[in-house]
Amino acid sequence: MSATLRVLQKDLLIEWRSRSRTVALLSFAYTILLIFAFAVGPDSAALKLHAGAYLWLGLLLSSTLLLDRTMRIEFEAGAMEKLMLVPVPATGIFYGKAVANLIQLCIVGAFSVPLVFIVCDATMVEPFGWLAATVFLGAAGLAAPGTMYSAMIARLSGKQLLLPLMLFPLVVPVIVAAVKATSLTMLGDPMNQIGSWLTLLACFNLVYWSLCGVLFGRVVEA
Amino acid sequence: MRAMDTLVQASNLGRRFGRRWAVARLDLSIQRGERLLIIGPNGCGKTTLLRVMSTLLSPHQGSIEWFGGKHGTRENIGMMGHDPGIYEDLSAADNLHVFAKLSGAGTEEISGLLSTVGLDERTDPVARYSAGMRRRLALALLLQKQPQLALLDEPFAQMDPGGIAQVSSAIQALPGAVVIASHQVQHAAPLCTRAILMDQGQIRWTGPATSAESAWHALHEERGEL
Repeated sequence: MSATLRVLQKDLLIEWRSRSRTVALLSFAYTILLIFAFAVGPDSAALKLHAGAYLWLGLLLSSTLLLDRTMRIEFEAGAMEKLMLVPVPATGIFYGKAVANLIQLCIVGAFSVPLVFIVCDATMVEPFGWLAATVFLGAAGLAAPGTMYSAMIARLSGKQLLLPLMLFPLVVPVIVAAVKATSLTMLGDPMNQIGSWLTLLACFNLVYWSLCGVLFGRVVEA
Repeated sequence: MRAMDTLVQASNLGRRFGRRWAVARLDLSIQRGERLLIIGPNGCGKTTLLRVMSTLLSPHQGSIEWFGGKHGTRENIGMMGHDPGIYEDLSAADNLHVFAKLSGAGTEEISGLLSTVGLDERTDPVARYSAGMRRRLALALLLQKQPQLALLDEPFAQMDPGGIAQVSSAIQALPGAVVIASHQVQHAAPLCTRAILMDQGQIRWTGPATSAESAWHALHEERGEL
């Protein structure tokens, strides 16, 4: 646990020192959301109906930039080898980095939600807590496998192309569940389905976070 | 020689990349407090040998034992490789703070370490440093760790004369055994007691570090490169 916290502190310090890149990440997410809104046009009903999907596509595409960077800082100057020789346990490295990515994805989500409400003319029908839980669980479902895959491909050429190719198929269930839950919070949930979708998201997270934590050591040692 | 004085014992060691053996059938032992110089032409296996000794690469042949087979190998090994192993967005002091916290070490010595390697006045991110300054920061990280076994790959690369002098005195301050792989024999040999000459993944010559340069010349002459 202490190794996880120390890696988390390190990653957050690096992100704080290079916060211009965080601003660039937010700008990228905003640009994607605006492009979706402009592409659909002034059809308010269609925008409102698909607001959840736009939010999660924006988050998914932004996550590739974030996740690519998370391992680049470890491998570009050999810092990962230094971490292994400290030695920091591989599980500590994984969970520290994955939590740092989760926090940053939640920040991107928190800044993206108001824009989605504005450009899609969306409203909250269900309590806001459901949407916050969806953003958190959906971001967690992207952060764990994304951290794992970015480590797997960090030393390969063409990694910026490989990451989405490998990550996107794996997180399809997460995106589907997150879009459903988000849409229900915005459009209303007469059948009380939000809880089921969030449970599904929690189950995916349980599998991803435990499996990736176990496999990460093999990946970095290889 | 007592077994506990042997820090590294490699027997019939081999490591290949694809079909090419970078290190092959190599026997080597390193004693506590020893200063070993590894020389040899490009591609002779120096870096691979250092990386196997650092535990970052596993051998494909033979065996290697650290510290008499005791546990806790990695915490007693320090490596200064081709890559400095630093975070580019952080300053030199930040890097030392980060690794001190990760290893649970104190942070009191950081300013002293920075002045030892001549980086005490730099507060900007490492991304703005020259290659030589990055290597000096890597050496500061090694000094911070105080390993029983320090492995240095080309520590004088990209250094100006002032940097070479600082690095030399910093290497002398390292407490444990030191293994230096370097082409710059004139700078590295005075810091070492024993030298090995590698060629094609094997040890071709072993002797005192003072004779390393002549062995190096002899290999060049044999290859018709002089």
